[in-house]
Amino acid sequence: MGLDRTTLLAILLMALVTYATRISGPFLADRFRLEGRGKAAFDAIPAAVLTALIAPAVLTTGPAEAIAGAITILAAFRLPLYGTVAVGVAAIVLLRALFAA
Amino acid sequence: MTLVHAPTRSEFRDALIDIAPALLAGMPMGLLFGALAVAQGMSPLEVLLMSSLVFAGGAQFAALGLWQYPLPIAALLVSTALINARHILMGASLAPKLRRFTILGRLIGFGLMADENWALAERRAADRPLSAGYYFGMAVVFWANWVLWSFLGACLGPTLGDPDRFGADFAFVAIFIGLIVALSRGRRRSFGIVAASAATAALVHSVIGSPWHVLSGALAGPAAAALLHRAGEK
Repeated sequence: MGLDRTTLLAILLMALVTYATRISGPFLADRFRLEGRGKAAFDAIPAAVLTALIAPAVLTTGPAEAIAGAITILAAFRLPLYGTVAVGVAAIVLLRALFAA
Repeated sequence: MTLVHAPTRSEFRDALIDIAPALLAGMPMGLLFGALAVAQGMSPLEVLLMSSLVFAGGAQFAALGLWQYPLPIAALLVSTALINARHILMGASLAPKLRRFTILGRLIGFGLMADENWALAERRAADRPLSAGYYFGMAVVFWANWVLWSFLGACLGPTLGDPDRFGADFAFVAIFIGLIVALSRGRRRSFGIVAASAATAALVHSVIGSPWHVLSGALAGPAAAALLHRAGEK
């Protein structure tokens, strides 16, 4: 198993950049006390980050992904996380088969 | 060092139950990453090091897209910083919930923060204090899962099939939808926040391209929340 020196350097630098993004948030958060409008924006972060990560996959990939996404959202209002994932995966497999046919 | 307090065992058990779907979804993604990385010229040992030290799936897949020899190190670092910039927002949001951890606990804890375990920690903190047993139980197991499957993928290489065939790529989408609904329930302006993020991310992804959609969508939601906020509201 080889380990190239330039590759090792690239990996270490990528790790350093990534750790910097992970640790800088808490330092920033400790500097500010948020109220009102700022706090409303701050509290919106979790849902916004997760939404941004998956929106292109659901909205711009194709009809199978869009319909499966809608079905998964409906499931998420009624089922626990496991059930939601099962419904979502089943829906995408069926819909992809349907649209590929 | 004390990272863990009693009653740790039930907290740890809750953590395993909650993280299990993400572990399953991580398996095909890890295998795929390892197999693709070897196809791009990396050795299994290099895959093991990257997954354990970088531990950021999105940035690692993006790196494979840029991977050619001699390595374009500057481009790799810019791509990594851009995709992982969302961690700054995530860490800022999670910081008050980890305030009871020791300094070392926080230095390691934020280092292990990934989309899935962060989202579960936020959901947990919404109805009870976040314990070290729960957070580390979840985060360490999720980290080990990514390292293990990507290393195995590197060793097995191209004998593996396409995980999209089994809908594996959509398992993460479904997990995130479940967590978005759980985080948004009963909160003011949730629909506006999610709609603003989704529309911005989809638009930016189509017009400009990946990975810009992550940061722009992550900022659009809080911007909408600030705009929709009325004076005097708590």
